[in-house]
Amino acid sequence: MPADSTQIHNIGYRHYDGPRLGRAYATRSLFSQSLRGAYGLGRSAKSKVLPMILFGVMCAPALIMVAVAVATKADDLPIDYTRYAIVLQAVISLYLAAQAPQTVSRDLRFQTVPLYFSRPIERVDYVRAKFAALSSALFILTAVPLIVLYVGALLAKLDFADQTKGFAQGLVSVALLSVLFSGIALVISAVTPRRGFGIAAVIAVLTISYGAVSTVQAIAHEQGSSEAISWLGLFSPITLIDGVQTAFLGATSAFPGKEGPSAGAGVVYVLVVLALIAGSYAALLRRYRKAGL
Amino acid sequence: MTVIATESLSKRYPRVTALDRLSMDIGPGVTGLVGANGAGKSTLIKILLGLSPTTEGRAAVLGLDVATSGGEIRERVGYMPEHDCLPPDVSATEFVVHMARMSGLPPAAARERTADTLRHVGLYEERYRPIGGYSTGMKQRVKLAQALVHDPQLVFLDEPTNGLDPVGRDEMLGLIRRVHTDFGISVLVTSHLLGELERTCDHVVVIDGGKLLRSSSTTDFTQTTTTLAVEVTDSDEHPDGTGALRKALQGRGVATQDDGGGLPGAGHTVLLEAESEETYDLVRDVVADLGLGLVRMEQRRHHIAEVFRSNDEQGAQGEPDAGGATASEHAAARAGTAAAAEKTQTAAAEQMGGGRDAR
Repeated sequence: MPADSTQIHNIGYRHYDGPRLGRAYATRSLFSQSLRGAYGLGRSAKSKVLPMILFGVMCAPALIMVAVAVATKADDLPIDYTRYAIVLQAVISLYLAAQAPQTVSRDLRFQTVPLYFSRPIERVDYVRAKFAALSSALFILTAVPLIVLYVGALLAKLDFADQTKGFAQGLVSVALLSVLFSGIALVISAVTPRRGFGIAAVIAVLTISYGAVSTVQAIAHEQGSSEAISWLGLFSPITLIDGVQTAFLGATSAFPGKEGPSAGAGVVYVLVVLALIAGSYAALLRRYRKAGL
Repeated sequence: MTVIATESLSKRYPRVTALDRLSMDIGPGVTGLVGANGAGKSTLIKILLGLSPTTEGRAAVLGLDVATSGGEIRERVGYMPEHDCLPPDVSATEFVVHMARMSGLPPAAARERTADTLRHVGLYEERYRPIGGYSTGMKQRVKLAQALVHDPQLVFLDEPTNGLDPVGRDEMLGLIRRVHTDFGISVLVTSHLLGELERTCDHVVVIDGGKLLRSSSTTDFTQTTTTLAVEVTDSDEHPDGTGALRKALQGRGVATQDDGGGLPGAGHTVLLEAESEETYDLVRDVVADLGLGLVRMEQRRHHIAEVFRSNDEQGAQGEPDAGGATASEHAAARAGTAAAAEKTQTAAAEQMGGGRDAR
């Protein structure tokens, strides 16, 4: 159809004299757009499939456990709140591998970044919005199953004080996990603009490091050096979270022989986690210093 | 009123000097920024957006200092980059709405302005389809739309005609003209094609090697750069029609050149400088007198390098020509009118020696 036939009438150019909401508003908009994008909302139907499936897979065990607990009138949930994310870490890794590149690599690959930086938004705002968006997306993924468990536990009339304490500890743990994992995954994706590489690299870093650490821990356990087990946990993201919650959040360690770090070693764990989060934030800022225009 | 002002603006990187003591004032309207690749055009835009610190000197955009008011400047200007910058999997509408919000427009205003702007740049039903399926021309329109969506006072367009076919180019140039005449937005447009900007811009700034080569209104430029390309048929009487025309024109005191571009049919085109309207009449009469068919007579678009080159060559060519006296007089007259620019242009021609040798 020729363009002319679709043009009903030309009302001429109108100037915009409404409000311009500036930097903070733009940052919030970028945050909400990225958060929605992490679940495929506001994007094509195809890009909704994977995040939604993974979200379902993440929640399904919680629903089953709750159903069992209610049906059998058990006096405790089959799994601790803090343990849930550790058990389902493979799902978390998959989700991150799919969504972290989506969050940052697209803008880099299609060179959309200069369009952001030619607007009031600054580099810091961009990095913060993206970091916060992916962390929030991951928090939703990990916290919703805990809410399911908690509501189920209350329905099964389990001890209220006990469950609330466990639930709160679980929430703190997954919040920390979300920020730490998002930071690591974002840095990896931001340096690998090719999407396929980004996915592979995120999976590799998250799962290979865990595989290596738990293998060496198992060997250490065989040889009876329990001291080594707790220090080895510093070398993969998921064991870091495990260590922190064992030391401070009343969790039972998933390390071989349940040899979690003591409170003293736990401080080191917390420091390493915080350093990694700060480090990945700094690395992202550095990455975008070069990407502007 | 000055839209852009720079004062001995320099930008040096460890190895190269991108801008060298550039001082200029640009008023409202459409301004062309011309320079070869690597002349410093993109660096200048980056500095004017407040994204890159200057090594020395100052620059102001819309009266705001780039060093201190980058954010305010970026709220009031639009930028269309040279390279591809569109994600393929979203529609033009979604993308431009998002960019409008990034400029600080509230959600409802962002949608309204997006619909308006896309219509103004000539995107209709296709704006709901993913950008990945667009032609280059449509993509350029989306890029222009995202630069205009927040109703800026000034837009920077970096090589907006890149990759477009001749029709697409003309449409884009017309659109750029309208951005100023109809929308009232000042434009700074870069290109390495001077001829393209002559027709679109009120004012042209030429930079080379980071230096200001020339800054003048377009009418000044057109006087010195209009080249006519004439192509004629051969007849029984004149088996070499092109040669006959050339000889006849030289007899009337008009210097000609052959089209040395090495393109197909190059040997059959006669190039000459159009001094005034009479030149056109003269060519018409000469062709008619010879009894040849006039295939085409058109204004030739110049590549920026050619402007310098042809100027330089004309001076050297005058002497050995058959109509020597008149030709060199002609060259002298030309030199007179362009006296101010002559020196810098010769310098530029020397810098571009590579191109000259190739010819």
